[in-house]
Amino acid sequence: MEIPYTISTRPDTGLWNAKVGIWLFLASEVMLFGGLFSAYIFLRLDAPPGMWPHGLLNVPVGTMNTAILILSSVTVVLAWAELKMRRYRRYWWYMLATILCGVIFLTVKLVYEWPQKFEHFGAYIKPQALEKYEQYLGNKHAAEKGLPPRLEITGHLHNREALTNPNIKEYEVALDPVNADPTNPAMDRPHFLYVPPTDKIGKIDKEDVERATMFLPTHSAYFASYFTITGLHGLHVLGGVLVFIYMWLPVSKKVYQRNPEHLANRVEVCGLFWHFVDLIWIFVFPLFYLL
Amino acid sequence: MDASASLETHPPSPDSGATGGQDRHQHQGEHEHHELGWWRRYIFSTDHKVIGIQYGFTGLFFLLFGFSLMMLMRWQLAYPGQALPVIGKFLPHIFGAGTMPDGKMTPDFYNSLGAMHGTIMVFLGIVPLAFAAFGNFVVPLQIGAPDMAFPKVNMASYWAVFVGGTVMLTSFFVPGGAAKSGWTSYVPLAAIADSGPGHNPVFNGQTLWLIGFIFLITSSLLGAINFIATIIQLRAKGLTWMRLPFFVWAQFVTAFLLLLAFPPLEAGIIMQLMDRVAATSFFMPAGLVVNGAAMHISGGGSPLLWQHLFWFLAHPEVYVLILPGMGIVAEILANNSRKPLWGYKSLVFSVLTIGFLSFVVWAHHMWLTGMGSTVSAFFQTTTLIISIPSVIILSAFFISLWGGSIRFNVPMLFATAFLPMFGIGGLTGIPLAFNSADLYLHDTYYVIAHFHYIVAPGTIFALFAGIYYWFPKATGRTMNEFWGKVHFWPSLVCMNVIFLPMFLQGMLGMHRRWYDGGQGWTLSGDHVWGLSGFQWNTPISWAAWIMGLAQIPFIINFFWSIKHGKKVNDNPWEATTLEWTAPSPPPHGNFITAPVAYRGPYEYSLPGRERDFTMQNEPVEPAERTRRKAVEQPVLV
Ligand code: HEM
Ligand SMILES: [Cu+2]
Repeated sequence: MEIPYTISTRPDTGLWNAKVGIWLFLASEVMLFGGLFSAYIFLRLDAPPGMWPHGLLNVPVGTMNTAILILSSVTVVLAWAELKMRRYRRYWWYMLATILCGVIFLTVKLVYEWPQKFEHFGAYIKPQALEKYEQYLGNKHAAEKGLPPRLEITGHLHNREALTNPNIKEYEVALDPVNADPTNPAMDRPHFLYVPPTDKIGKIDKEDVERATMFLPTHSAYFASYFTITGLHGLHVLGGVLVFIYMWLPVSKKVYQRNPEHLANRVEVCGLFWHFVDLIWIFVFPLFYLL
Repeated sequence: MDASASLETHPPSPDSGATGGQDRHQHQGEHEHHELGWWRRYIFSTDHKVIGIQYGFTGLFFLLFGFSLMMLMRWQLAYPGQALPVIGKFLPHIFGAGTMPDGKMTPDFYNSLGAMHGTIMVFLGIVPLAFAAFGNFVVPLQIGAPDMAFPKVNMASYWAVFVGGTVMLTSFFVPGGAAKSGWTSYVPLAAIADSGPGHNPVFNGQTLWLIGFIFLITSSLLGAINFIATIIQLRAKGLTWMRLPFFVWAQFVTAFLLLLAFPPLEAGIIMQLMDRVAATSFFMPAGLVVNGAAMHISGGGSPLLWQHLFWFLAHPEVYVLILPGMGIVAEILANNSRKPLWGYKSLVFSVLTIGFLSFVVWAHHMWLTGMGSTVSAFFQTTTLIISIPSVIILSAFFISLWGGSIRFNVPMLFATAFLPMFGIGGLTGIPLAFNSADLYLHDTYYVIAHFHYIVAPGTIFALFAGIYYWFPKATGRTMNEFWGKVHFWPSLVCMNVIFLPMFLQGMLGMHRRWYDGGQGWTLSGDHVWGLSGFQWNTPISWAAWIMGLAQIPFIINFFWSIKHGKKVNDNPWEATTLEWTAPSPPPHGNFITAPVAYRGPYEYSLPGRERDFTMQNEPVEPAERTRRKAVEQPVLV
């Protein structure tokens, strides 16, 4: 006996095997990201006032990446539809478009967004020293406006050696706009467009600093979840792209020539996965970039 | 199989123009498949039976290994601080000088043994054996399928468990030794363990535990997808849902538990791994002080979060440990009492109910975390409700025996012993379900006794029963009955001598993780039957070692019978389910012709029949239909 329903559908379930498989796999993926998102909620609710940063990510770039992923979800459906209509050349082009979208998404993340974070610096000020840095933090202004307290000074670190060299006593930081001009009402809300650090240099005594790091996973619960979730999501995108490349290469043309339905099924299954990856991003984007 | 025959099994569907032609191509590929070399046939095989057997050997190996770890711990518990005779001299050479200097166990090594015993038994012993090995070997045969739905995925899932197991074993030999924070790996203890001077940032016990775990989870997820898809898609003609053997139902629900409960733990594992290698603080609260020094971490994490993620898996996991065992027992009870299983439908609905409810009881492991009375009340209620279907299942099994003409062969001995043992384990869970009682019993030997009664003389006996029962299907030979009994009786006695006194120890207040077995604990002078809580360790330990000896007849019998056991026909137990219609051992593709099911799984002792069993593939005769109005119409798909 051979394994039935690898390509044709089983009459009483109306499905072929891989389609059942992919839906089950996606169910487990929902639980995986569900676990991570619950952790995000748990940590965020637990965070003391002022300890959950806002406005540190680049919203326009994030929006663009969101659009790219959604676009790729459309192109992959078109690719599948072309296969169903047995038009391989068009399929090939739509697949290429999908792959390119995935590659652009990953490139933006890995070459632009993440490294920019690694270059950014933040120093949490000890509670007893907050007063001293009022000119950068503007906590009186924040309290008047009913905003959460500001505990961290961020920007571009000029003397990077300060992180490792104990003889250097202070951090020299090109301040982010919010710390350069903290009482300006324009700074009460995060900016939509990314604004780079200003020319204004702030000096922070190491003695007054609770913790100072670049924006790495170790910086805070916020960045820990950001890097973990977007990292895992990125791995999913990478996996999807690799599989799509395989389906776009000449090897898959052979499958098509043998039985076009076989390739169409494969594209359908991977397309479902791709939609899921897209859907996860649609949760990631607001949770980290907007809220 | 030629292409013309395959056309019957793949009717061209309207949406696939070229199915027939493509099938021919596929089959040319399959022919090459039949001439595979030795490596592809026995090592990197995609055949569900070979993979099942690979899982079986792996599971048995790890059960023995995990049990050996415990036998070592039992020395320290019974004779704390004394040098272990004979083997004590060799162990430092194997596990490293710091583990047992002069044959005396260090606290760290004791903790490693405990953590790894739990991890290995649960995730590398029982799951591979109960779920993966029996599931792989038996389920496709019982549903009349040629193989699993995704044979390559199946192979991948075995190799993932292999890698995961290897990583876990390797972790014993890295500096600092294997993980030592319990099978639960509670943070922040686990997050700071095995780090700092003398430890490699990656190759240390706890980090390897996490990495190994990711492989084990991957394996279970792939396996679960495969099982569910196989059961949905590859059931034989006429094998409707209510004609599935109960074992298939049990595996079906088990697969769902693994599929949906493991990923949140995977999320937790990834976060704990990040805490260890990327210095994040998912589980580290702010202001954590270790050894008098403040940790240089961001804080803001939550230790409770880990407990939630862990138990969200680990409670369903306990049902993963028990359901396949129940499935095996059901098959064997029906077969050897020569009666239909009593209450088949209620069994099926009970197992489904357990499946659903097991996702909403997890916090009963966390009563002592101060969750608040509202949350506790919710989880107490769900926990009590979930015991109802368990009781229904056990009762149905007992009633199945009533009035049967029981054959006490070795599989049946193990299966019947399962019933009271599972009963004791389950009933002793009820006090734990109450917050107020558990405040006292939590983390004592009472809890240890509770779950071991279910898993050890419960599940493991069911697994032995299954091995003796399906051995003839895998090899065409039976295992020796006499040595099977020599295996059974001492094991039964020892199991009870080991675990029954643990209830007493727990009620006397003995904590489950004491390194000195409670010797240094002088608060309670209470004695039970003349022995104090600490003194009870000695008989328990001796029983454990004797039980180790009692496994020798099994091991010898097992290997000896593969070659020299008594040759038997394809259906030596005169059973009814489809796996017994295949040749023993079944060839690649399992059945000569695709089987068709005409009736339910347990048609034993039908009135008016010559034989006292009617196999599922025997068509219903018109005369029988009038005799037995209850017989359902055959449903053909
Ligand atoms: C039948 C109804 C059951 C009830 C009401 C029940 C209740 C409980 C409760 C409340 C605990 C937590 C005790 C504590 O930590 O203080 C517990 C522990 C445990 N139960 Fe059950 N249980 C039941 C069945 C099972 C079954 C079928 C298994 C299957 C193997 C099982 C395995 C375990 C395990 C492994 C633990 C200990 C986990 C640990 O702390 O390491 N239980 N049980
Ligand atoms: Cu539980």
